[in-house]
Amino acid sequence: MRVSRGTRLTLRVVALGYLFVLLAVPIGVILWRTFEPGLSEFIASISTPAAKSALNLSLLIVAITVPVNVVFGVATALALVRGRFRGRGLLQAVVDLPFAVSPIVVGVSLIMLWGAGGWFGALDRAGFQVIFGIPGMVLATIFVTLPFVVREVEPVLHEIGQDQEQAASTLGANGWQTFWRITLPAVRWGLTYGVVLTVARALGEFGAVIMVSSGFPGVSQTLTLLVHSRYIDDHNTYGAYAAATLLMGIALVVLLLMTLLDRKRSDR
Amino acid sequence: MITVTSARKDYGSFTALDDVSLDIPSGSLTALLGPSGSGKSTLLRAIAGLEELDSGTVTIEGRDVTDEPPQRRGIGFVFQHYAAFKHMTVRDNVAFGLTIRKRPKAETSKKVDELLEIVGLDGFQHRYPAQLSGGQRQRMALARALAVDPQVLLLDEPFGALDAKVRTDLRQWLRRLHDEVHVTTVLVTHDQEEALDVADRIAVLNRGRIEQVGDPVTLYERPANDFVMGFLGSVAHLGGQLVRPHDIALERSREMALALDAKVPDSPGVIDAVVERVVPLGFEVRVDLRADSGERFAAQITRRDAAELQLREGETIHARAVGRSSVVEHDPALAI
Repeated sequence: MRVSRGTRLTLRVVALGYLFVLLAVPIGVILWRTFEPGLSEFIASISTPAAKSALNLSLLIVAITVPVNVVFGVATALALVRGRFRGRGLLQAVVDLPFAVSPIVVGVSLIMLWGAGGWFGALDRAGFQVIFGIPGMVLATIFVTLPFVVREVEPVLHEIGQDQEQAASTLGANGWQTFWRITLPAVRWGLTYGVVLTVARALGEFGAVIMVSSGFPGVSQTLTLLVHSRYIDDHNTYGAYAAATLLMGIALVVLLLMTLLDRKRSDR
Repeated sequence: MITVTSARKDYGSFTALDDVSLDIPSGSLTALLGPSGSGKSTLLRAIAGLEELDSGTVTIEGRDVTDEPPQRRGIGFVFQHYAAFKHMTVRDNVAFGLTIRKRPKAETSKKVDELLEIVGLDGFQHRYPAQLSGGQRQRMALARALAVDPQVLLLDEPFGALDAKVRTDLRQWLRRLHDEVHVTTVLVTHDQEEALDVADRIAVLNRGRIEQVGDPVTLYERPANDFVMGFLGSVAHLGGQLVRPHDIALERSREMALALDAKVPDSPGVIDAVVERVVPLGFEVRVDLRADSGERFAAQITRRDAAELQLREGETIHARAVGRSSVVEHDPALAI
């Protein structure tokens, strides 16, 4: 199709304008507002006890979520690709559920399950607080990030097939050795990509986490919740901007990492 | 010696192996030959333990390995598509089996270098499989399989993914390697030329059954049935029998043909046929013929005979089978 010069320019302006208004402007405003009073003001705002605790909590949740998702994600992907069992189709659908269900619904269902009056409420009554505690926030985060590792590893497993694993077994490797020496290295780029996506989503999760968090500043606020509470509850607009910038900074590092890895992957 | 006894394997309603029994002598190079779906790969994979039999047993050098996993069968296996470990260098690929067995580093390194020299990949130690050609990858895979000193070497269509020239070279090379190393080798192929070229014994499979086992000459000259005959070379239908085209003689004189034919026991008789086409094929000449019955067949005669006969298209000629050896009673049920 031949496109006239005028049409092409118009399309470009529209596309770039759309990106600019919807993405660049909001981020630009936040950055501008953050650094307008100067760098020291920003550092002061993100080093309050509440901000430090929020950063730690966010990183703690990531640190628990990622290994759990790696272990169960790889196992699930293996089961989906290699397994021949009844209900495989159902498992396929269940894995995608977190993409389909609104995070707020996840929060509500967790409360109904783990809350004092829920099915597993005995745990709560026995003094191990899940809801309004860190375990609840971790559960919510794991739920919403569950598909990433599975969905990144699965196609790679399909692609490599079973030849290499079978070759390893004929060479004397048992199942465990084959997994560590052959399967895992073969899927490592898919796995890394899944982890990066998991980290990004775990940092940014809001809806599911706010439902199960007690929301006390300095105790049970993640960075994302801190942004929200500073803005809505404390009317500390500047504090919200600063925390948001910090969150964006971490996300940006993750994004850069992802791009670098992706480039490395396409080199191979 | 590898002994397979009453092996059976079904995939749903498809029977891949139907009560197969086979002995493979130590030190031999045996080809499992058959069309796709004949069960040859399934049989090889069952020997390797990569496929579990529904019933039957496999013993390797007197040891019943039916219930042993592949890693405890003392085998080396080469796959059609190389199955190279893509994330490892050539050296690490070949060393894999030795690393798993925790052999001393120096010993492993020495053995790997030796093997790479044997397969002609000396100097490629630090390359990755992606940097090798198909033929090189397959030679690496062979070195990898040989590194663990297997009791038997199993090759599943090892040259199937390579182009014609490389395939012929590697075939010769495998033959020479086998003459040096003497490891019991089983090769799966659908290419009769490859089987005749490389193997000292051939087992012909069809529809999950073994049709015939023997050395290449026996199989070619005394095939047990139509299928084996048809699979190991071209055939012509002559008076209700199958004959190799080069075992058909053509005579100008009917009397001469009858007289010569009388000396051949159980021959299909003398067939009068019209010459349809004369095709020079270099050393030999192929003559396309149509019998009185309307059946078409081809005879392959030498250049000299063709020159003497001075065949012209449209002429009637008298055809007879020269030897009993390659004549098989035609059984339509077995025909391919």
